[in-house]
Amino acid sequence: MTGSIEMAATARGDQRGVAVRLDGLRRRFGAVQALDGLDLDLAPGELVALLGPSGCGKTTALRVLAGLEETDSGRVLVDGRDITTTPANRRDMGMVFQAYSLFPHLTAQENVEFGLRLRKRAAGERRRRAAEMLELVGIGAHAGRYPHQLSGGQQQRVALARALAIEPQVLLLDEPLSALDAKVRVQLRDEIRRIQVEVGTTTLFVTHDQEEALAVADRVGVMRDGRLEQVGPPADIYLRPATPFVADFVGLSNRLPGRVVTGAVEVLGSRLPLVDPVGAPKDAADVTALVRPEAVDVAADPDGTGRVLAVSFLGPTSRVTVELPDDVLVVAQVASARLAELASGTAVRVELHPVPTALA
Amino acid sequence: MAGLATGGLPPRRQGLMRRRARRQRAFRWVVVTVLGVFFLLPLLAMLEFTTRGAGGRLSFDTWRLLFDWGRLRATYPDLSVGITDSAGLVVLTVLLMLVLLVPTVIWVRLRLPRLRRVVEFICLLPLTIPAIVLVVGLAPVYAWVTYFLGGSSLTLTFAYTILVLPYAYRAIDAGLSSIDVRTLAEAARGLGAGWGTVMWRVVLPNIRSAVMSAAFLTVALVLGEFTIASLLNRSNLQVAINLLGKSSAGMSVAVSLAALVLAFVLLMLLSLVGGRRRGIPKENNS
Amino acid sequence: MAAVVTRPAEPASDNRGRLSRVLTRGRSLLGVVPFFAFVAVFLAVPTLEVTIGAFTGDDGQPTLSNVGALMNGYIVDAFISSILLSAVTAVLGAVFGALLAYVLVTAKEGGLLRRVVTAASGVLAQFGGVTLAFAFMATIGLPGFVTLFLRDNFGINIYSGGVWLYEMPGLVLVYTYFQIPLMVIVFLPALDGVRPQWREATESLGGSTWQYWRRVAGPLLAPAFLGSTLLLFANAFSAYATAAALVSQGSPIVPLQIRSALTSEVVLGQQNLGKAMALGMVVVVAVVMWLYALLQRRTAKWLG
Repeated sequence: MTGSIEMAATARGDQRGVAVRLDGLRRRFGAVQALDGLDLDLAPGELVALLGPSGCGKTTALRVLAGLEETDSGRVLVDGRDITTTPANRRDMGMVFQAYSLFPHLTAQENVEFGLRLRKRAAGERRRRAAEMLELVGIGAHAGRYPHQLSGGQQQRVALARALAIEPQVLLLDEPLSALDAKVRVQLRDEIRRIQVEVGTTTLFVTHDQEEALAVADRVGVMRDGRLEQVGPPADIYLRPATPFVADFVGLSNRLPGRVVTGAVEVLGSRLPLVDPVGAPKDAADVTALVRPEAVDVAADPDGTGRVLAVSFLGPTSRVTVELPDDVLVVAQVASARLAELASGTAVRVELHPVPTALA
Repeated sequence: MAGLATGGLPPRRQGLMRRRARRQRAFRWVVVTVLGVFFLLPLLAMLEFTTRGAGGRLSFDTWRLLFDWGRLRATYPDLSVGITDSAGLVVLTVLLMLVLLVPTVIWVRLRLPRLRRVVEFICLLPLTIPAIVLVVGLAPVYAWVTYFLGGSSLTLTFAYTILVLPYAYRAIDAGLSSIDVRTLAEAARGLGAGWGTVMWRVVLPNIRSAVMSAAFLTVALVLGEFTIASLLNRSNLQVAINLLGKSSAGMSVAVSLAALVLAFVLLMLLSLVGGRRRGIPKENNS
Repeated sequence: MAAVVTRPAEPASDNRGRLSRVLTRGRSLLGVVPFFAFVAVFLAVPTLEVTIGAFTGDDGQPTLSNVGALMNGYIVDAFISSILLSAVTAVLGAVFGALLAYVLVTAKEGGLLRRVVTAASGVLAQFGGVTLAFAFMATIGLPGFVTLFLRDNFGINIYSGGVWLYEMPGLVLVYTYFQIPLMVIVFLPALDGVRPQWREATESLGGSTWQYWRRVAGPLLAPAFLGSTLLLFANAFSAYATAAALVSQGSPIVPLQIRSALTSEVVLGQQNLGKAMALGMVVVVAVVMWLYALLQRRTAKWLG
């Protein structure tokens, strides 16, 4: 960060984060209710990620905010002003698309200058600003290249620079990383976050990749069928999923048979507190609990009822699949250092950590 | 609250995008209508022309004659010869094109990749050599063809195969590009197939629709060819139509229309064959 | 290091390897012999025949007199007419064809309109010639449907200034009729390559519809449009059948000049003038197609 303080200062000087409010948005496409009363608030300078499976309405929400899609009802407010009927080209929103959005007949530099050219800025100012932006996204060296001479990751960097060059009120990122290789994806996602913090623009980031959403966002909104299931900081979404859908969609979960016991659920002999004790079924009901692999502990024990079925090495941690009586399978996450004692076929004992648990 | 009584959507929802869509729809209708009239009028005129009876009455005599092969042959022998010749040429040219081009193109892809550019260049060359030019150079060649094979109109198939090369090559090449020929061949070779088996049983079935479209294009092109047949003094459908035009305009117009419709039906079938290949589901944006 | 170790063994195996490789290669080449033989006889020989013939006198001696004869007034006129006819119909065809193609890409994908128009375009663009000439004779010939309709109902005589259908204006009309469909076929892929993201990106950057066309879609489509127009030019320039069926008096364009040179060559004793004209046509078409290929390469890069 120290290296970029100067840049951050200049960038922040002419940027201001504004508040954004989506208020009861509805949109129907034929038989599909893409948005079903969506409410979402973004604080000034905040990065909110909309997360959900394909078809959940997250892209429609972003496009409505961009002005590229119209709503059937509901309002869009930016900085307190109702812009629901403002056309896209007067909304001042920088947008980064999934892919292929750079103009192929313009160089990286000219792409970034494009928005400024439309605003009739002087040539000198355009060039300076574009160079600054390309530097910010880390590809100043390729300013003269055409899109087809750039890799997918570089193209998305240019797209980001182009979107930021017009000093947008709001930055909209529509699955900007999903067309990229896994490694580039992680690298660029961290950089998007760095840049967003630097320029301080309120940002909506749409993705179907939960890891991505949790990594970059101040808050994550999980969407399903055109409405929000839960909005909150990444840690909340992950550790205290409000609904079974969220628990299931975010992170990997074991589905284990359990029984409700006064505000908790008993699974494999352990009592786990419930995320939502009020909405839980009555006592003694048979339920399916969603348990994260990292909440499962496995230890070699000759008297244990479990048997290691398979081990997959993931680096510092590994996943161990254990078979329990009654055909129950449990996936546990353990430190890879412990793999030596957990070879396939080993008899093991399984314990669960008492973390808040959701029911399916 | 003026919008209150309208029910349904308030006026502000009649947004920019819907206005733009409406404007675009209007523009499309204008273009389609104007060009539609331009293109359909001659076809309708042909229909009217061929159903014009004595005293301005509707008459289907011409069409009845056209579809009565026996009577047609007696009345317009040249026309019936032209139709037979064109039919024969269609079959011969499709066969010759397939036999000559398909194995060569596949073979070059598999075994002689360095020749690919050469073959492509040769196949596309006829595009830059107008038929009228080709016929000038073909005259001496056809003197030899006549010497060896006789003067039958069916010998035109050699020239026609040259004419269809660009179109047939593009169709087959596109088909081959859409599959990974090398991997397919290597997989088949790995399983013990010889080169013949690879080409006949592995590659060919995978480019069947490309081969089909090459054949369809060939049919359409052969049915429409006039230049070479006319200037080499051979007969085919178009030569017969042209000849007939001088004596019996009604019949020649009727045959023209029938040929156009036939070609249209062929290309429509082609688009259905080709359309089935493109059945990849589009990714759904949420 | 490893290279040094393997080196001594190489010469022997290399020789044997080369021999067997040459044999395999030879056998591979056998596979393409029929194709090359056929092309040699029916494409290379005629091309050479034209090229050499253009520079050969009737006595079999090399001469430049055929090519020189191209400067004759009536041949120059024919070339000028041909080029004018091709240029005018190429531009008309390109403009209207591009409009129609635009309508098709904005229509529903895989819809009936697109399918029917593409198939019909294929027929009208390539099927051509004689049939279309007769179509127009039935439409606006002297006994044509439209001619009679206008005369009987409105008292309009479209031929008050002479029967233009069988002259250059008629050729322009009929050529345009097959140029528009050809434009649809060759321009459609380029239009399909225009991504909706570019329009949306322009809008989000503050651009209006006009700015989108002027700064994005226009420049992007320009090479494809120009290239397609060139292709249409070459197409019209090469066309023979329509003119042959339509024009009965005189030979206003080059292909018809070639016809009269061919059919009257024995009488005139100018056997090879036709070949010189043919060569002239090839030169024009080759230059145009070369430019087309250049523009096409750029289009492939942008809109591929």
